[in-house]
Amino acid sequence: MSTVRVLVGTRKGAFILTSDGKRQDWKVDGPHFAGWEIYHMKGSPVDLDRIYASQTSGWFGQLLQCSTDGGKTWEQPGVKSGEAPQSWPPAKSNRFLYDTSPETGKPLTTHQWYDGTQHPWEFKRVWHLEPSLTDAQTVYAGVEDAALFRSTDGGRNWHELAGLRGHGTGPQWQPGAGGMCLHTIILDPADPGRIYIAISAAGAFRTDDGGVTWKPINKGLVSNMIPDPNAETGHCVHHIAMHPARPGVLFMQKHWDVMRSDDAGDSWHEVSGNLPTDFGFAIDVHAHEPETLYVVPITSDSLHYPPEGKLRVYRSKSGGNEWEPLTKGLPQQDCYVNVLRDAMAVDSLDECGVYFGTTGGQVYASADAGDNWQPIVRDLPAVLSVEVQTLL
Amino acid sequence: MSSVRIVLPYHLRNLAHVGAEIALPVAEPVTMRRVLDALEATYPMLRGTIREYETGKRRDFLRFFACEEDWSHESVDKWLPRAVSEGKEPLLIIGAIAGG
Repeated sequence: MSTVRVLVGTRKGAFILTSDGKRQDWKVDGPHFAGWEIYHMKGSPVDLDRIYASQTSGWFGQLLQCSTDGGKTWEQPGVKSGEAPQSWPPAKSNRFLYDTSPETGKPLTTHQWYDGTQHPWEFKRVWHLEPSLTDAQTVYAGVEDAALFRSTDGGRNWHELAGLRGHGTGPQWQPGAGGMCLHTIILDPADPGRIYIAISAAGAFRTDDGGVTWKPINKGLVSNMIPDPNAETGHCVHHIAMHPARPGVLFMQKHWDVMRSDDAGDSWHEVSGNLPTDFGFAIDVHAHEPETLYVVPITSDSLHYPPEGKLRVYRSKSGGNEWEPLTKGLPQQDCYVNVLRDAMAVDSLDECGVYFGTTGGQVYASADAGDNWQPIVRDLPAVLSVEVQTLL
Repeated sequence: MSSVRIVLPYHLRNLAHVGAEIALPVAEPVTMRRVLDALEATYPMLRGTIREYETGKRRDFLRFFACEEDWSHESVDKWLPRAVSEGKEPLLIIGAIAGG
């Protein structure tokens, strides 16, 4: 019998929800790291019991946690709980140091601030962790202020892939309302050298050489709130999704607009179609149907809750443009929650499961690709992220 | 070598798996820098949580108190009060009341 493990990061800790393949009865485990913000947790596809977690706090800064037993126990990589360091130099699992060397960082030290002046790059937190598809010890971290880091020793030590910030447009990047965060990392399963990332509010970028060199991939994005709506960078990309069987096709939820690219991001076109609003944060793709997409429309950039107080997931089975509301089991009145960018995920069971968490603390699951929904839990802290592991 | 008592904020106690108060040997003269160095050497999971990794600067939302005096803005190389170095009074590391 299959098991599904849902990893939920919240404003006040981490929760792990498990069920069998029927996905009807759930066990709730947590909070782990009670009281801390858990921006993201994700398991290694190579070693499913190895889970990385970003633990952060306005008081105490950023910590990186790792479990090697499916979330039962955790420790900072390289630091045994309650023990003095066994080796020197000690592991530096919570040290994210920007690379400003002439060879790689070039040396890039400032980006654009809200008032148009240049502002120093300052590390704040890890927004997203993306474990390697092939090596359990390798994991990528997307951070605020926007940069991409990689660890090849299980999170003990981190090194910036500085070619991203240093490729040329970095000084023009500007924070969005939520900070200048690198929130999306997509590894191409067919091409180990290709990585997509997205930054608010700089846009999407791609490397084809494993992170050494990068280029903006924002052609076709139109953002009417910036001075040049068709600028090379400056677009507030909220999230990008890809089906692993078709890595050249990308779907994007932008600040406004749902977009699609059929050429690995070289060009984009809008597929918002009949959505009630094309503002939103989360977007994902069905596990077995590369043309089936899910978004959660949010009223507007001023009103971060669903239109008309009705929580609706919209599904397109045609790769965009034609969307249907999915409402069965979801509140259809007086609902004013948000669904954040990393708070939607799918499992890979034959009947694809879809999951999302809300800022109201609910985690909803559908065991039939979105036709019917049920809350797994209703009263968690605000949900920041949802990831799913399918354990066979 | 002095035995210095330290009181950590709730979340850092949990992180270090310790109780409300710990005691650490610190070389004399006892300064804030030496206390924090000893604390991080014994509890490496606390590195970066009290003072920033690269700069060694106290995190903005943490405060240091000793003998009912705020030591947050004192030089980290200033000698701490004798009552702290002799273990009669604890050094308090406190999370600022902020954020709701």
